[in-house]
Amino acid sequence: MNAAAIIFYIISAFILGTGILAVTTRKIFRSAIWLLFSLIGIAALYFWMQVEFIAAVQIIVYVGGIVVLIIFSIFLTQRSGAQMAAPAAKRNIFAILAALFGFAFSYNLISQYEFPASATQPFVVNVADIGERMLSLSEHGFVLPFELVSMLLLAAMIGCIVIAMKIPENRKGRIISPPDTSEIQINPVPEPQKEEVL
Amino acid sequence: MSSIPLTHILFVSTALFFIGMYGLFTRRNMITMLMSVELILNSVNINFVAFNKYLYPDKLDGIFFSLFIITIAAAEAAVAIAIIINLYRSHHSIDVEDATEMKY
Repeated sequence: MNAAAIIFYIISAFILGTGILAVTTRKIFRSAIWLLFSLIGIAALYFWMQVEFIAAVQIIVYVGGIVVLIIFSIFLTQRSGAQMAAPAAKRNIFAILAALFGFAFSYNLISQYEFPASATQPFVVNVADIGERMLSLSEHGFVLPFELVSMLLLAAMIGCIVIAMKIPENRKGRIISPPDTSEIQINPVPEPQKEEVL
Repeated sequence: MSSIPLTHILFVSTALFFIGMYGLFTRRNMITMLMSVELILNSVNINFVAFNKYLYPDKLDGIFFSLFIITIAAAEAAVAIAIIINLYRSHHSIDVEDATEMKY
């Protein structure tokens, strides 16, 4: 076992350990921090696989963008020191069983599949190649998904603005009308408190 | 580098996928469910890059798939958090059990 193998196993143990902590911690802020460490571990795995560009994108987008967004929303919506309720024991047991059986099934398939022998030539990812392929109009170019993703990002941006926009005062009455669910609901739940201004 | 077989990397990504699935099943808080979804998407990304590296080192398709998945995950997280904050404004809670108006 050489150094690269040892580094791989350390990185893998780090990713899986922090991932398990992220989904089992009862404090939501700690959960976000464990998720942050897990994502950094995945970036380290990309560095280990020598795809530095993906690793950089992973750090910039996930660690710098998504986790910060999640932490902001935790601060806006939660008392971050409070403990979340533990999951119900029955649901917990069934979730563990489903995850374990699913993992056993998938890994059984993977371990029995005969992958073709690993290619011998080195895997070199040139950022210039990625840029050329991304905007190439030829047969193997990715310009159509690129444009689609740019449209998707624009739509997501506009959608976030529309969702977060405050409704003007004079249109308030038309939009909020509490739903009459007394006939439909089988198990009536206590009506959650509605704010005056949506 | 070549001493690690592809199966070991697939072990890591499969385990990460099912960790995320466990979190999605047990958590009832929308932000933590979103975190579990991020873990699942990341495990898929590891798969794409590993297959690209081990089986088709002369191509770049796996790299592009992971790039697009990362982009879409960012857009998805932004929209999801906007929805969650809006739900918090109207319900004072982001627990999925409290948002049951459209359940039946």
